[in-house]
Amino acid sequence: MTKIGKQTWGYTKPVYIQSTGTAVGPLEGQGPLKDTFDKVYSELHCNEDNWELAERRLMLDAVNQSLQKAGVDQRNIDLFLAGDLLNQNVTGNYVARHLGIPLIGMFGACSTSMETLATGAALISSGYAKHAIAAVSSHNATAERQFRYPTEYGGQKPKTATYTVTGSGAALLSSKPSAVKVEAATIGKVMDYGITDPFDMGSAMAPAAWDTIKTHLEDMGRVPNDYDVIATGDLSAVGSPIVRDMLKDDGYNISEVHKDCGLLIYHSEQPVFSGGSGCACSAVVTYGKLLNGLKDGTYKRILVVATGALMSPMMLQQKESIPGIAHAVVLAKEEGYE
Amino acid sequence: MPGFNSKEYKKTSQGYHPKPPYFINALKAFVVGGLICVLGELLSEMYIHWFGFKEKDAGDPTVATLILLAALATGFGVYDRLGQFAGAGSAVPVTGFANSITSAALEHKSEGLVLGVATNLFKLAGSVIVFGVVAAYVLGVIRFTWQALF
Repeated sequence: MTKIGKQTWGYTKPVYIQSTGTAVGPLEGQGPLKDTFDKVYSELHCNEDNWELAERRLMLDAVNQSLQKAGVDQRNIDLFLAGDLLNQNVTGNYVARHLGIPLIGMFGACSTSMETLATGAALISSGYAKHAIAAVSSHNATAERQFRYPTEYGGQKPKTATYTVTGSGAALLSSKPSAVKVEAATIGKVMDYGITDPFDMGSAMAPAAWDTIKTHLEDMGRVPNDYDVIATGDLSAVGSPIVRDMLKDDGYNISEVHKDCGLLIYHSEQPVFSGGSGCACSAVVTYGKLLNGLKDGTYKRILVVATGALMSPMMLQQKESIPGIAHAVVLAKEEGYE
Repeated sequence: MPGFNSKEYKKTSQGYHPKPPYFINALKAFVVGGLICVLGELLSEMYIHWFGFKEKDAGDPTVATLILLAALATGFGVYDRLGQFAGAGSAVPVTGFANSITSAALEHKSEGLVLGVATNLFKLAGSVIVFGVVAAYVLGVIRFTWQALF
């Protein structure tokens, strides 16, 4: 491991993504990326009795998919790094109960996808694990209950709101060479610019994404066009132009390469307000569409910047604002592998 | 924090928000709220003409029926969509109150009848009841004092 610049990790011993698994709910399965997911449920309950069980089903499916594709026995996995949006990280914890793999539970709101991937890669690179699985999940109904109102409550949401993605993504990491290499990661600072509206998380998270992308480019001595894609997690239609403009003020033009997972995952006419959000948003888009792009050579190198709104309904009631965080991971095509 | 200026950022970020269609929203709320009231009026007439209720008493079964309909619509997953469309139009009438209670009950069914449903039933509607009772009490005291003095 080497530290590069202020906040960036370089993986001296290379780490690769062996396989990924994704499982999603109905609305995601009707979206433009429907063919890139491993498993699509046609109903939000995913054949389970309640929403929390449904979310666990999704994560277990994603993990099992990644194990199957890599052909690795789960007894050979040294670490399971998992996180979700629910109190006490229940989805990760209860899925780990089934798996029998040592667990590191992580929380970074919707940035957990890249937080688990970056940390898992660091632990493999430094020799603390041979195989690790990084997994995250979110579910629209469990998130609504946790952060907002009961799912069937008839409150009206503004257009700046985002729609929590139902799904889970898992990535199996090891140092065995494969098509996708985890090249570097930039761990983000908590940034709070005073946004208090829980229906405007794009604005709340944009400063964190700005800071992480800027720091990453400075640390690595790169320009935006060194990447084929810079994908933010869930800034939505509101936060995306903010981060582009903030970076433009610093002399970085990311407009040509910037995409937002929250805007990629749904058709614009789907009822999702300003786009998708949640841990699963960046995970299922990265571990599906973006990784496919690296494998087939469409992309050579991408930067995934998972953004998280560290929101707590109780803190908001105490008149606090919403802090944001963003973690970035560089994924690169390893030539000679598919 | 460098460059941290929350007031300025809040203002800047507002510029990126899609403009809320205030007029259309108000119109939708007006029409849907009005239609719910028309339905209530029709029910009331029905109870008067077909079931022999006096005009004074027809309100009770009318409200009960509206509550039942709203609860059913909530259970079938329709009321939240109506709420997104109509806003205050479907939130203000008694049907909105019924929706807030039914949706909370449905949501917390998985935690059991006592600690789940019963405890959380008035999670959203509770504040309405508290302020309703407090306001009624305050007004009652004012009226009593007024009558005693004049």
